[in-house]
Amino acid sequence: MNTPSSQGIEGGAGGAPLRTPDITKGAPVVPAFRVARSTRMHRIVLVVSAIIVLVLVSVPWWAEVSVSRSLVTFFTLLALAQMWNLLAGYAGLVSIGQQAYIGLGAYGVWLLGDVIGLHPFIAVFLAGLLAVAVALPVAPLIFRLRGGYFSIGTWVIAEVVRLVVSNIQATGGGSGKTVLSAARLPIDTRITGTYLLALVVAIGSILLVYFLLRSRTGLALTAIRDNDIAAQSSGVNVFRSKLFVWVVAAYVCGVVGAVVALNLLRIQPAAAFSINWTAYALFIVVIGGFGTIEGPIIGTVIYFALLQSLSQYGTWYLLLLGIVAVIMATVAPKGIWGFIAKKWNIHLFPVRRRLELESPPDEGTRPADKPDAAPVAGSV
Amino acid sequence: MVWANVTLQGILLGGLYALFATGLALVFGVMRMVNLAHGDLGILAAFVALFIVQSLGLPLLWATVLTIAIMFLLGYVLQRGLLNFTLGTDDTRPIVVTFGLSIIIQNALILKFSADSQGLDAGTIENISVKVSDQLSIGWFPLIVFLVAVGVIAVLELFLARAKLGRAFRATSDDREAAELMGINNKHIYSLAMAIALAIVAVAGVLLAIRTTFDPTQGSFRLIYAFEAVIMGGMGSMWGTLAGGIILGVAQTVGTQAFGAGWGLVVGHVVFLTVLAVKPSGFFAKTVTA
Repeated sequence: MNTPSSQGIEGGAGGAPLRTPDITKGAPVVPAFRVARSTRMHRIVLVVSAIIVLVLVSVPWWAEVSVSRSLVTFFTLLALAQMWNLLAGYAGLVSIGQQAYIGLGAYGVWLLGDVIGLHPFIAVFLAGLLAVAVALPVAPLIFRLRGGYFSIGTWVIAEVVRLVVSNIQATGGGSGKTVLSAARLPIDTRITGTYLLALVVAIGSILLVYFLLRSRTGLALTAIRDNDIAAQSSGVNVFRSKLFVWVVAAYVCGVVGAVVALNLLRIQPAAAFSINWTAYALFIVVIGGFGTIEGPIIGTVIYFALLQSLSQYGTWYLLLLGIVAVIMATVAPKGIWGFIAKKWNIHLFPVRRRLELESPPDEGTRPADKPDAAPVAGSV
Repeated sequence: MVWANVTLQGILLGGLYALFATGLALVFGVMRMVNLAHGDLGILAAFVALFIVQSLGLPLLWATVLTIAIMFLLGYVLQRGLLNFTLGTDDTRPIVVTFGLSIIIQNALILKFSADSQGLDAGTIENISVKVSDQLSIGWFPLIVFLVAVGVIAVLELFLARAKLGRAFRATSDDREAAELMGINNKHIYSLAMAIALAIVAVAGVLLAIRTTFDPTQGSFRLIYAFEAVIMGGMGSMWGTLAGGIILGVAQTVGTQAFGAGWGLVVGHVVFLTVLAVKPSGFFAKTVTA
């Protein structure tokens, strides 16, 4: 970082939160400081976000159906990307098997709505529990695998679930099921309801990650992400933290699958358990930025904009995404948001702890870094 | 007698799985990297062979030799030009990059060859079999595949144990920094390991293409089976990988015989998960890495 030190506290403290700028001057007194999270920008972001949310809530009452339908796709992708980022970017769990829980959620809404007879809008939130019912028992098993082998392990689970669902007659076998309980709803109710559910899931996933990261678990996760052995020896229960994130992500992916099922009304095992779900989430996060809340949002916007213009070239589109993701992961592993955050030092969500001085010194009391000032050899 | 036949078919199928798994295990052993595009690279090799046979009109044997050479070169270039840059501090990068490669290969193959099933024709060898008894017969081709797998693994084990380059592989695997200090160029060693891995998976891909039909999406399944063979066999042992492949093959064929066509693959996965639960280090592990 080449910020001149004369810029003072803001420049220095933002880039490297734990460095007090006076160290370079050799000052013996540690200035009074406090740990801060929110800044004025965060309050502005909060107001702007609230306005955006209000506009989005009102969409079904003034926009065309096609708009709200494609926004449902946008919201579901955003929620998936947030969950994939929570797993890979924070807990170090690079899953390529989230399609297991998406598909289970989709079949869950059919099971609870059509077979048990719940209202499909309520079934959506309970469908996620079906995903949890699989995610929880398999966790101790696949957590034995590390790195890339863990990734393939998650995929094996997804394959088993897909094969079992495809082979059972009760779930419609390979041809799948239609969600009749949702299809029988009045069309306006169904479209508006699905839209609002998708919006709730998207905003919910962002808030979930946000509050999770600000919590004790968030600190543990950050420690695990940076070095899980060091985290373990500092008293972090690595297994429990990872398990918690794993189950939460499975639940949200299940709810996303349920919303997708309401949107499409038709569930087929090949589509519901497709690896492409995970591929989309992975590409969005890699392009947008790992390990931040902003990254998946930016990534989803870019992904979605490209999808609108290139969707008729399905195969080309995936090929292009793959190439971009490979290049990004090799050249810019922090993604687009990582670049923005580093260049302009912007963080939209106050999840980090920053040191702030109690009384910022004014410019006059600090010797400016002029050539005539004493050279600070060996500093930093 | 039906069961003996089914078991025998499973053992022979296991040889093919092991052939796919060998390269995955070699790359992991040398550079601790899991190549998620490994299965797709095997399928890519099958399409390369198909292209050579159809476009250049070469006989299958020469096409296979050429394909192996192409995949060897591709492996070296891929590792040296791309994958080496992803190795290092961050565990997620090689996973993301090789997953991206997997998607790239699949979709590029669909664009070039369409999503239709293809086959490589090896002539009469595919259909003749040797009769052991009235109800037990072994197809020549599955037997050849199995013997090729055994041969490749034997040569690879010998190479790792005796050859100078094999010793460099093991040294790099044991301690990267120390190997570098002894004058080994790790980047070159990694690239050679990937080259050899892809040469082996080229053999596997071509044999698969002769044995059954194949299409661009098959690579994912090959990766999963290879992975299960590696984990069940235990890390660091190529013979263990063969054993893992055989366990998986037998589980699938016996499962299919017992529960019907759709359930064989499920039984294979369930056996794998059971092994993971009961003996997570696999049956013949030599190194303690998992």
